[in-house]
Amino acid sequence: MNLLAVIRVAIRALLRNRLRSFLTALGIIIGVAAVIAMVSIGEGAKARVEQSFSAMGTNLLVVRSGSSSMGGSRGGFGSQPTLTWDDLEAIQTELGSVLYAAPELRTNAPVISEEQNWTTRVAGVTPDYLLARNWHIASGSSLPEDPNSGAKVVLLGATVVGKLFGAYSDPVGQIVRIRNVPFEVIGVLAPKGQSPMGDDYDDTALVPVRAFADKLQGGLKKFISGTIYVSAAPGVPTARAERDLGNLLRDRHRIRFGAEDDFNVRNLAEMASAQEESTKTMTSLLAAIAAVSLLVGGIGVMNIMLVSVTERTREIGVRMAVGARPRDILMQFLVEALVLATIGGLCGVLLGVGIAQQLSKSFGWALLIRVDVILLSVAVSAAVGIAFGLYPARKASQLDPIEALRYE
Amino acid sequence: MALIELRGVTREYHMGDVEVRALRGVTLDIEAGEFVAIMGTSGSGKSTLMNTLGCLDRPTAGAYRLDGRETSTLDRDELAAIRNRTLGFVFQNFNLLARTSALENVELPLLYAGVPAAERHARAATALERVGLGKRLDHTPSQLSGGQQQRVAIARALVGEPRLILADEPTGNLDSATSIEVMALLQALGRSGITVVLVTHEHDIAEYAARNITMKDGLVISDVRREPLGAELPA
Repeated sequence: MNLLAVIRVAIRALLRNRLRSFLTALGIIIGVAAVIAMVSIGEGAKARVEQSFSAMGTNLLVVRSGSSSMGGSRGGFGSQPTLTWDDLEAIQTELGSVLYAAPELRTNAPVISEEQNWTTRVAGVTPDYLLARNWHIASGSSLPEDPNSGAKVVLLGATVVGKLFGAYSDPVGQIVRIRNVPFEVIGVLAPKGQSPMGDDYDDTALVPVRAFADKLQGGLKKFISGTIYVSAAPGVPTARAERDLGNLLRDRHRIRFGAEDDFNVRNLAEMASAQEESTKTMTSLLAAIAAVSLLVGGIGVMNIMLVSVTERTREIGVRMAVGARPRDILMQFLVEALVLATIGGLCGVLLGVGIAQQLSKSFGWALLIRVDVILLSVAVSAAVGIAFGLYPARKASQLDPIEALRYE
Repeated sequence: MALIELRGVTREYHMGDVEVRALRGVTLDIEAGEFVAIMGTSGSGKSTLMNTLGCLDRPTAGAYRLDGRETSTLDRDELAAIRNRTLGFVFQNFNLLARTSALENVELPLLYAGVPAAERHARAATALERVGLGKRLDHTPSQLSGGQQQRVAIARALVGEPRLILADEPTGNLDSATSIEVMALLQALGRSGITVVLVTHEHDIAEYAARNITMKDGLVISDVRREPLGAELPA
């Protein structure tokens, strides 16, 4: 008896008790629908989080100087300047796995316009920094091309513009004073919003790194008193860029094998993956709910199949009398459970997608419908059908034909 | 070599604490092409004998050779194959699948024999024509009379071109006129070379068979060959 014929027989048997089949499948339909709806919305939320991480800058590594150690008291990272401008240049030129390497010298300083003042994060950076950290220019122009330019120009973040000049003003060309040094506003940064930690990205002012070192905060000659942001080249795993970077700096700083590094590299991609970790916890929770609902659905399938086997005992007897082998009977009932569960799974997918779309429309939630989740749901439904159909099907196949034929 | 050879067949089973000896040593040969009626009161063992002949049951002891093949050592799959290829069953209560057309009911043995769909339809239709139901292929059992249902069952029994048809009280649920129709059909099958064994407790039905075997308490007590009554098909 070929599979197609078996499936036809199964569908026929299920259609014979439409309402009952539907109610049985309902357990699986609801389970799958709930999972699809929740996962679609959960994935949508996750995609939003990922977006906010990409605002921070993609594939970023943050390099800091090492710690100082004086009289047994150890300072934190950055307390002892060890990174030099030569190191920066070496990172830029010698590493193929690095796309951009840019310094960031940072201080908090009041920025004063003609009417207002606002204390913000002022950072000395290079044009590469804007690229590495995904800053775009909303109006005006960017920093001078020359990374060593000492021009007294400043790019203002949207928040700073709002505080100093009012929300919808265009301050390009105005002069602001930072620590009493006049800087010309040459551009406004496009807003990035909040960082994953809730900091306001846009509460910042960027000036050329030379101007920062010369005019705002005394430089440290050949040392960088700040951070180097490094972005990995496209297609290069951040872990590899991190390794290359570490090797280069250890080499340049002549650190012996096994000795402690005098610098520190942090992988921001790891932070993103930490965030993903929490989403994973959420996903496992969903999977647990799915497992429970499918278990309940599966028990429903088993229950109905047992009833069906009992009801159709005589039919089983007839089939055996005309030559059905035990495995034919087994297949018949197994396929019936499989078809029931799979159709339930498919209906559940449709219902789940519908619910997710309705919810996202009504509440404005982000939505991401993943094909792999849909396929997995249907596959799991099918597996549930087989798992819970097996016992009733075995029971049917083990019936004694004489008893079965005599069954009233 | 006879089609059916039973040698000292016994069958015992337990119903609760009671041991029932349904067959107590039956030795019997049935030649190919014979038309045999097995008679006996209820509890005489005739149903157990029928189940044994039909490979639905296995003897506790003794030998049963069907078409030269010893059946007592076969497993369930092999017995199913014999039922499918060598045997056809007709039951007292017809045992057709409900809400399933006559054609599909008749196709059932071919389905398990792995016959392709087109051939299955054609052979089932031919079998139904042979029992005079060529115009009722799409009728479900509930749309057919008792006699018609039994004829569908006979078509199902013969569609696989079996060597042996086993009929268990085939007329038990039918009125006498319809019974004669069914017997006429079985006689026609007998004439075409199929061996027919039927179980009945009605003497007038047994008269249509050429050989009457009477059982009592699990033993054959009489075995007579006689000139059968011819059943006339109504015109």
